[in-house]
Amino acid sequence: MAIKQNLRTMKWAAWLGWQMESNWADPFLFIVYSVAKPIAGSLILVVMYTIIAQLGGDTDPALFSFMYIGNAFFMYVMLLLWHVTWVIHDDREHFQTMRYIYIAPFNYFIYILGRTISNIVITTFGVIITLVFGVFVLGVDIPLGAINWPLFVIVMVIGLIGIMAFGLALAGISFITAKHSMGMNEGIGGIFYLFCGVIFPVSVLPGWGIAFAKILPTTYWLDMIRRTMGVGAGVDPALAGVSMTSSLLILCISTVAISIFAVLIFKLGDYIARSKGLIDMTTAY
Amino acid sequence: MTKYAVELKDLCRTFKTRAVKGTRKKQLVTALDGVDLRIKEGELFGLLGPNGAGKTTIIKILSTLLFPTSGEAKVLGYDVMKESHKIRKVINMVSGGESSGYGLLTVDENLWMFTQFYGMPGKVARKRIDALLRIMELEEKRNVKVRTLSTGMRQKTNMIRGFMTDPSVIFLDEPTLGLDVNAARMIRKFIKNWIRAKPERTVLLTTHYMMEADELCDRVAIINEGKVLACDTPENLKRLVAQESTLKLEIRLVKDIRAFENIKGVKHFTYDHNINAGLTKLKFILDDDAIVSDIVSAVPKSGSKIVSVEKVEPTLEDVFVTLVGRGLVNDI
Repeated sequence: MAIKQNLRTMKWAAWLGWQMESNWADPFLFIVYSVAKPIAGSLILVVMYTIIAQLGGDTDPALFSFMYIGNAFFMYVMLLLWHVTWVIHDDREHFQTMRYIYIAPFNYFIYILGRTISNIVITTFGVIITLVFGVFVLGVDIPLGAINWPLFVIVMVIGLIGIMAFGLALAGISFITAKHSMGMNEGIGGIFYLFCGVIFPVSVLPGWGIAFAKILPTTYWLDMIRRTMGVGAGVDPALAGVSMTSSLLILCISTVAISIFAVLIFKLGDYIARSKGLIDMTTAY
Repeated sequence: MTKYAVELKDLCRTFKTRAVKGTRKKQLVTALDGVDLRIKEGELFGLLGPNGAGKTTIIKILSTLLFPTSGEAKVLGYDVMKESHKIRKVINMVSGGESSGYGLLTVDENLWMFTQFYGMPGKVARKRIDALLRIMELEEKRNVKVRTLSTGMRQKTNMIRGFMTDPSVIFLDEPTLGLDVNAARMIRKFIKNWIRAKPERTVLLTTHYMMEADELCDRVAIINEGKVLACDTPENLKRLVAQESTLKLEIRLVKDIRAFENIKGVKHFTYDHNINAGLTKLKFILDDDAIVSDIVSAVPKSGSKIVSVEKVEPTLEDVFVTLVGRGLVNDI
């Protein structure tokens, strides 16, 4: 019974999320936006790579593929960090429905998950467009036949859970803050962008930076994504010594750890908000 | 044994405000100061008080949005601190004076989605939504996006959202705030009919409209500065300020005024003949309302006919002024 209700909650929360993401424009405009946005993002990367290549006086297709894949999949990181928090902010400040959602007899985690699912679907669409554009227009080398699909799917699911857990922790904080949680999301997203080997190898970081990168699950997630896709081999010596199994194990353990931590932070944020009367505050931010 | 829908025991709630500029001291504001209340199942109970009296704080605590600082609050026997998940299954709430709702969804979509969050079977949900849309005269607006609705229509949608889950206890926090006369009247009528149709349900209504409390509530608690000053039926509350009531009669020119003299229970009797109009105005100060029928039945004995009857009673406003020392603004 509880499973049935949770599935129902997730379904309708996902539907609500989809309406919010897609209902602001007519379908044609929405599709144009959905296609143009990731392509524009890719082109920025091309400019960045061109500058790096000119400064270095050389071009390295493996490095470009490394950057391109990292950048494409990093979309999930920014989306989940941002959106999980935005669910609370949006319901509380914008639609002022937080009090009615909060007192509904459902699992609030499931509701947040549902709201986020629609964004994962939209982002997946963006990632696919980015990859297709990269392969067919920019010549990014992705050996489709060599992709380890089962492992890729496993890594994707674990990675998304881990990132969502980070988002959940931030959502817990957003219970007790007004607009600041939004800045926090961007800041933490920036830290991940810098340290997790998104567009440049972890090995270029200073020693302390490499050490920090190696405790972040997103570092291993992106590394595993590239490895399962057969892209960017040998580009990052800092992670080359970590075997596929070890990398997967670290990803799993860190995801479990961050998930437990996130639930605790979320519950703490919820408790503090209910104690201080902040659950349904509207601050006009 | 009486079952209570709501029990509050020595309920206190304080809030820390931000430090005053130039000082580090935070102010402690007392929103609730030892509130004791018991609301029986099936009651339409009113919390009457000015802005900042603590009405919304009570609603927030009972609807699991806020923890009390101390004391005890229970809904249908469930503790708000420990059993909020059980409380949420049996309650709902509606707040007035806000513009809540997913504006990008239609009225029907908004309502349907909430029924699904409450786990209502599809057929039941559809039936209730349709019935409530009809009652609230919103049928034609069901496919209209919520953002395009007027304030009154939004509030009606909000009312439907609250009532469609058929809660055992519903909290209505100033549900008619900011509404025009017609919309407010419709909502009051709906609340009255709802509790009449389902006498086992309980409504806790906060309002600062005296007339609303008087018209709707079985019992009323007058609250000010976080304290309950009085709690009783509107009739009994009015008796707090006046042990006697006044009955005014206008009758055709009376032939034998002695018929009204010496009626038992009449404390004071005066009359005034208006020969030009052919009317006599009678005024009785009564010890007990039960003797109104004796007075009315004395009219034919006097050889006259009743033109009008008016029972002048103290209002809740009078009660409020007596207890609080000032009146309420924005009364309707």
